[in-house]
Amino acid sequence: IEHLQYMTTGKNISIFQIEFFVRLLNKMSLSVKNKDTVRAFWAKVSPKAADIGAGALCRMLVVYPQTKTYFSHWKDLNPGSAPVMMHGAVIMEGVADAVAKIDNLTDGLDQLSQLHAFTLRVDPANFKVLSHNLMVVMANQFPNDFSPEVHVAMDKFLALVALALSEKYR
Amino acid sequence: MVAWSEQERSIIANLFSNLDYEDVGAKALTRCLIVYPWTQRYFGGFGNLYNAEAIKMNPNIAAHGVKILHGLDRALKNMDNIKETYAELSVLHSEKLHVDPDNFKLLSDVLTIVIAAKLGTDFTPEVQATFQKFLAVVVSALGKQYQ
Repeated sequence: IEHLQYMTTGKNISIFQIEFFVRLLNKMSLSVKNKDTVRAFWAKVSPKAADIGAGALCRMLVVYPQTKTYFSHWKDLNPGSAPVMMHGAVIMEGVADAVAKIDNLTDGLDQLSQLHAFTLRVDPANFKVLSHNLMVVMANQFPNDFSPEVHVAMDKFLALVALALSEKYR
Repeated sequence: MVAWSEQERSIIANLFSNLDYEDVGAKALTRCLIVYPWTQRYFGGFGNLYNAEAIKMNPNIAAHGVKILHGLDRALKNMDNIKETYAELSVLHSEKLHVDPDNFKLLSDVLTIVIAAKLGTDFTPEVQATFQKFLAVVVSALGKQYQ
């Protein structure tokens, strides 16, 4: 660390500053504990994955009406409609895939990233919107399991999934 | 001025009349400090925030969470005039507390999730939409006096 100090500035910058920059370069990656937490929570809720997906998608369309613009080809955008239910399940298959590939999301979600970048072209801001609604449904349906510790791990995980999905955008 | 339908007013009135402030307020601030740890920067004088367990057991944080939640009461009572109602609090958060207004959005997202956990099936998509609209208006008003 001292070597790094002199190499960068020749001055005695504080060790906390160096540590800060090293962490920043590593980005907000998932700790071992985060990964275990996500996997354990997913194992518990995955039987209800299709419901969670449909619920999240439905809430997104109601609470953030601008997202409806991506589904203008559906006849029925109402909660409980067939396209919403089916698509909610499709989304959750993607999330399940991401959980399985949690150790390397960038490589693991390569194909999904290509899909979102070149075919779907979803504005990446919407990933955050969907993530929020996924967590609202998780809290709503699993109030005793979606603790603050699970919440922070899931928030980080979904943010990293979004990042992996945006890899190919430009 | 923000327009509110009769249904929206009713949803908000109903939500707050059934609200357990002691429980929800404490949980919301606690969760915010755990999920977004950088928000702890504003609570240096509040005691032990060393880890999630400590934060959850910290009585100062719990009490302050309740205080913040009661801060929403003034919006509830002045729904047609939220911007003016929060002018003074906006100055306070800017000039005295020096809170980055981005944090209002973070707390508002966490509060939505705590309420979602609390209300179960009552937290329909319509209720969520109305509650998030309400919080967005308050958040906007709180950020208005920053300069």
